[in-house]
Amino acid sequence: MIRKYSVLVSLVVLAVVMLVPFVIVTLNAVKSPADYSSGGPLSLPGELYLDGIVRFWNRVNFGGKLWNSLLISGSVAVLAAVLSVLNAYALGIGRVRGRMWILVVFLVANTLPQEALVYPLYYLSKQVGLYDTRLGVIIIFTVIQSAFGTYLLSSVLSRFPREILEAAALDGAGKWRALWQVVVPISRPTLSVLLIFFFIWTWNEFFLPLVFLISNDNQTVPVALGVLQGDKMMDATMSSASALLGILPAIAFFLIFQRTLTRGVTVGAIK
Amino acid sequence: MKRSRSSGYWVFLLPSAVLFTAVIVVPFLMNVGIGFTRWQGIGAPKWIGLDNYTRLLADERFWASFRNNVALIVAMAIIPTIIGLVLAATLFDYVGKKFGPRTASVLRAAYYLPQVLPVAVAGIVWGWIMHPQFGALNELLKLLGMEPRNWLGDPAWALPSVMAIMVWFQIGYPVVIFMSGLQRVDPALYEAAEMDGASWWRRLWHITLTQIRPEIYVVLLTCTIAALKVFGPIFVLTRGGPGGATLVPSYFSYQNFFEKANVGYGSAIATVLTLVIIMVTVFFLRIQDRES
Repeated sequence: MIRKYSVLVSLVVLAVVMLVPFVIVTLNAVKSPADYSSGGPLSLPGELYLDGIVRFWNRVNFGGKLWNSLLISGSVAVLAAVLSVLNAYALGIGRVRGRMWILVVFLVANTLPQEALVYPLYYLSKQVGLYDTRLGVIIIFTVIQSAFGTYLLSSVLSRFPREILEAAALDGAGKWRALWQVVVPISRPTLSVLLIFFFIWTWNEFFLPLVFLISNDNQTVPVALGVLQGDKMMDATMSSASALLGILPAIAFFLIFQRTLTRGVTVGAIK
Repeated sequence: MKRSRSSGYWVFLLPSAVLFTAVIVVPFLMNVGIGFTRWQGIGAPKWIGLDNYTRLLADERFWASFRNNVALIVAMAIIPTIIGLVLAATLFDYVGKKFGPRTASVLRAAYYLPQVLPVAVAGIVWGWIMHPQFGALNELLKLLGMEPRNWLGDPAWALPSVMAIMVWFQIGYPVVIFMSGLQRVDPALYEAAEMDGASWWRRLWHITLTQIRPEIYVVLLTCTIAALKVFGPIFVLTRGGPGGATLVPSYFSYQNFFEKANVGYGSAIATVLTLVIIMVTVFFLRIQDRES
């Protein structure tokens, strides 16, 4: 009996330890600076003080950062899914010649570190006027994410029921119509997992957006928060307000997409 | 007739062919090429052959960055895999059976929560907690009568602190993957072992470990690659400091590209990092192949 509960208690203790950082940041984000200087970081806030969050929000124009992140992640998710479908259609269903080698190329592209692309991309994007634009980042991540998407979808589509495609061909559907009216609707569950993954992965990206989005107006949420670390204007409560604003969207996505994600994490891992 | 149906699909690869060439293939080849030059990012690059690479081999900071990277592989791949195995097996085989699957999935969600954060934001959270002036960690240690430290600013403590943060960040991933792998395992195996009087640890070692071996490889591979690429937490927490104590190859190349304008040297570092990642990937895929 004691043994039974001691295991559970230690697991619960560990869960609490994992969650403590979230709690501490939240407590201090809603604490007034006066409250903080009298009670320190571990005290409970005397009252709900949202001014710190509001001031930080206005100072960095956080709404604009959210919009940039949404725009970039949303566009990448859709465009990368489209690109993945096109590739996977040719590789998984069309079985074009040399498809194994093409898949290997996508796989290698998927593991390449961004550090090995960043300077040439930086240089080239300056030449064509895409440096410090959201469009430039969208194009780059569309390609990077679609490398994984192609790999995953090709193996899914290679098991696509042939009879359905043959039936569509007998009805006079060309390849293009068969793709959009037959293959895409039937693959919707896998595609929705891909869309959500691409969205969240792009949202979480830091390295390339940090290099490419240098002007304030283009920055994404993680980049804006990252470059502000150690800034003079950031006192204790405002720093924790900034951390909280980084946490909240991530948790919101987790809650919204939970079902698809828990199903999808394993899809992504096992391939 | 049949021929025409199965040919002509290559058209669908065209958009990707163009985009991949522009965004991946050409930049990667350029990076490799720039690695053989001395270049400030402006003007013409000067061809210097393998000079950057011989300089790398003699550069103490380069070796230190890879040593730190090994520490981060321990923190991001090896420790989370071990803890994740124990947690997943306990949740699946013990908590799930004795307290119901609901309890198990609530606990799993708690362990997984750090994983949903952008890794840079996870760094920001801990940068706040470990802040030498206003952080909560030192305050807590003072309450417990222990000595406060400048966790991220002390050369002796910076790397262990970053490692601890990364363990916290990573644990949830193996737990989730391993638990889903365990769904596949025949419960009769456990029951039979239990009847034979095998202890819980023996069952973990002999059944869990062998049954979910594919998942273990996947977790080790993806986490090792993530550790080799780690940048965000280093950027927001320590910028590679103090005194290079937390320098990693990724940040080292970034410094050379964008802070020191040693583009050729930075490219050489990035090329070496790429080679290491490809070698690690091939190594894992080889073992996996041999197993199956």
